[in-house]
Amino acid sequence: MSKSKKMTLSKKQNLMGWVFLAPGAVLIFIMSFVPMFRALVLSFKSGVGANMKWSGVSNYVRMFQDTVFVQSIKNTFFYLIIQVPVMLIFALILASILNNKDLRFKGLFRTMIFLPCATSLVAYAIIFRSLFANNGLVNLILVNLGILDQPYAFLTHTTSARIVIIIALLWRWTGYNMVFYLSGLQNIEYSVYEAAKIDGASAVQSFFKITVPLLKPTILLTAIMSTNGTLQLFDESVNLTKGGPANTSITMSHYIYDMSFKYVPNFGYAAAMSFLILVLVAVLAFLQMKVGDKRD
Amino acid sequence: MKRKILAALLASTMVLSLVGCGGGSAETPAAPAADSGAAEEAPAAEEAPAADAEAPAADAAAGGDETLTVWCWDPAFNMNAMYEAEKVYQKDHPNFKLNVVETPWDDIQTKVTTAATSGDLSTLPDIFLMQDNAFQKNVLAFPDVCMDLTNSGVDFSQFAAGKTAYSVIDGKNYGVPFDNGAVVACYRTDLLEQAGLTIDDFTDITFDQYLENGKKVLEATGKPLISMQAGECDLIMMMLQSAGASLFNEDGTANIVGNDTLKTVMETYKSLKDAGVLTEVNSWDEYVGDFVSGNVAGTINGCWIMASIQTAEDQSGNWAITNMPSLVGASGATNYSNNGGSSWAVTTNCANPDLACDFLASTFAGSKELYDNILPSGALATWAPAGDSSAYSEPNEFFGGDAVSAKIVDFATKVPTNITGAYYYEARNAVTTAITNYINGSYLETELQTAEQTINFNMQ
Repeated sequence: MSKSKKMTLSKKQNLMGWVFLAPGAVLIFIMSFVPMFRALVLSFKSGVGANMKWSGVSNYVRMFQDTVFVQSIKNTFFYLIIQVPVMLIFALILASILNNKDLRFKGLFRTMIFLPCATSLVAYAIIFRSLFANNGLVNLILVNLGILDQPYAFLTHTTSARIVIIIALLWRWTGYNMVFYLSGLQNIEYSVYEAAKIDGASAVQSFFKITVPLLKPTILLTAIMSTNGTLQLFDESVNLTKGGPANTSITMSHYIYDMSFKYVPNFGYAAAMSFLILVLVAVLAFLQMKVGDKRD
Repeated sequence: MKRKILAALLASTMVLSLVGCGGGSAETPAAPAADSGAAEEAPAAEEAPAADAEAPAADAAAGGDETLTVWCWDPAFNMNAMYEAEKVYQKDHPNFKLNVVETPWDDIQTKVTTAATSGDLSTLPDIFLMQDNAFQKNVLAFPDVCMDLTNSGVDFSQFAAGKTAYSVIDGKNYGVPFDNGAVVACYRTDLLEQAGLTIDDFTDITFDQYLENGKKVLEATGKPLISMQAGECDLIMMMLQSAGASLFNEDGTANIVGNDTLKTVMETYKSLKDAGVLTEVNSWDEYVGDFVSGNVAGTINGCWIMASIQTAEDQSGNWAITNMPSLVGASGATNYSNNGGSSWAVTTNCANPDLACDFLASTFAGSKELYDNILPSGALATWAPAGDSSAYSEPNEFFGGDAVSAKIVDFATKVPTNITGAYYYEARNAVTTAITNYINGSYLETELQTAEQTINFNMQ
């Protein structure tokens, strides 16, 4: 009797759990997974606008022959390889500095560094565009300081256009990652640092020997999130450089958008390219988790 | 007991959420209508009476609902034109009403794409304004959306031929031309004066003379003649059309590698850039800022650019317009071209196509009064008879007392036709890439070949 009552209790709790889960799960399934599945089906069709026909894997073959798309993959990886590590290192350094108990106005500095995250993606991209314009602030300063004779067209040269995008991304996202590290640092006892100090460890040593190893789970999380975000980069490419000059700063998502809404629409092809991004994100996240696991 | 209650609760939750979703998907077509407010309820409301009155059709035509829904995007410009057209048409049709919904072009494109790909056109309005450059693409990709207007009673021969061609696909007219995109060359006469030049030195000239004049202006004032947006090839497209050339052949194939006019255009553009007569900027704001704040001595663009120029009120009287320079060594070269502009399309969702066609035929294709009324907003006619009106010969003080409106209507009638092509935006992007690399020192032949390959790949 008592046993069956216990069963009822645990079943009851289970049931309650499902009741709470069900609405959200059903909504996510319908709003997110059904469209994803439909997109997967769509990626095996090809055609102009509404006239779609089954075409097997031809879209997946086509994307590797598409010079602009291949260029966009290269560009995206260029951003990924340079921007993500630089940003994470910056964020880590800033977080350890701002974690110092003796630092004054900590709250102010933290807010200032996090604030860029509150700006709209389009707004900050346009502001960066005007900063780096021919008659923008950056050129004005460089010319007045005598570093440049004439304004330099940052956004019409490949290398400088890419660097401007990376600088913009750093400005926008470093604070965001720093907040993750700061919260991770709260879990590290301050006494650990004090003990290390007594044992004669320098600030650099305690950073590499204590902070980095103990923050590894958070670092892994931010690395996966940043990789994911960079592979889906869109607003900066569209608003800051319009993908130019000559498609050398266009991102994959930007090209997919063009293919769907600017060019003669081929939604099957666009869906196939989106799935390549999904696969890339999955593979990179998997690799990062493997690497992260080994060190533990 | 409690178990049963919980089970019932769970079951009902599931059922409710399912019903909710089922209901949601059934109502999907109605949902966007609710989003954009009362605007789109009109077609829905309109359909009902139309369906009811199907049997006594004559009655419906005579006394039925005479409301049309229109999508366009600029309150000061094309929306205003629609309101004026409504007033003109209401004189003969007192029951006629327009429901004009402000919808930016990008949103119209997205909505049309969504409606056409989902196969449910009921969310579309009766009439919408379409960018001329997007016309071919949309008719090709979504053949069910736009109505064939060839025999709708609109006399297309009275419009400028270069303009009508944008909305002609397979010999059928799909759009009623609206605003004028005839190219004008605008110059700061006070800056030209410093170089000892006048506006006459820029009228009916070739690009060679333009370059020579540009060098003089650069020397005297330190200012380039013109600035253009990098990453957009507006000037290239204008030059190309000025000689009647296109990026496509009649049969729709790409016309890049063997296109001598395109080659001339690219070389001309580069020579202007190399001489410093033309300077490139990164964005539209900078482009407008350049001529408004006097960083350059002029610009060449569709005549709608004059609205932006006139925002510089302190320069009133210092501006003048004339025709654009012509290409040297290109067959069929003229001093006239077209850039931008839009046309009215009637959708197949329109419940009363006869009314829509008659409305367009008797306003935008038949009313001098309408064009006189909308002239102050800068909407210049492409409808030839409107140019005879006295309103068009009134002088414009900003442009040194010149009768600019009449001049532009005259330019518009001389614009050579060319082929837009459904893959216009793809071709444009490929050509932009080519010119960018060519300016940076790459070989023209190689770049043109790459461009043609890119376009052909996109068309596969």
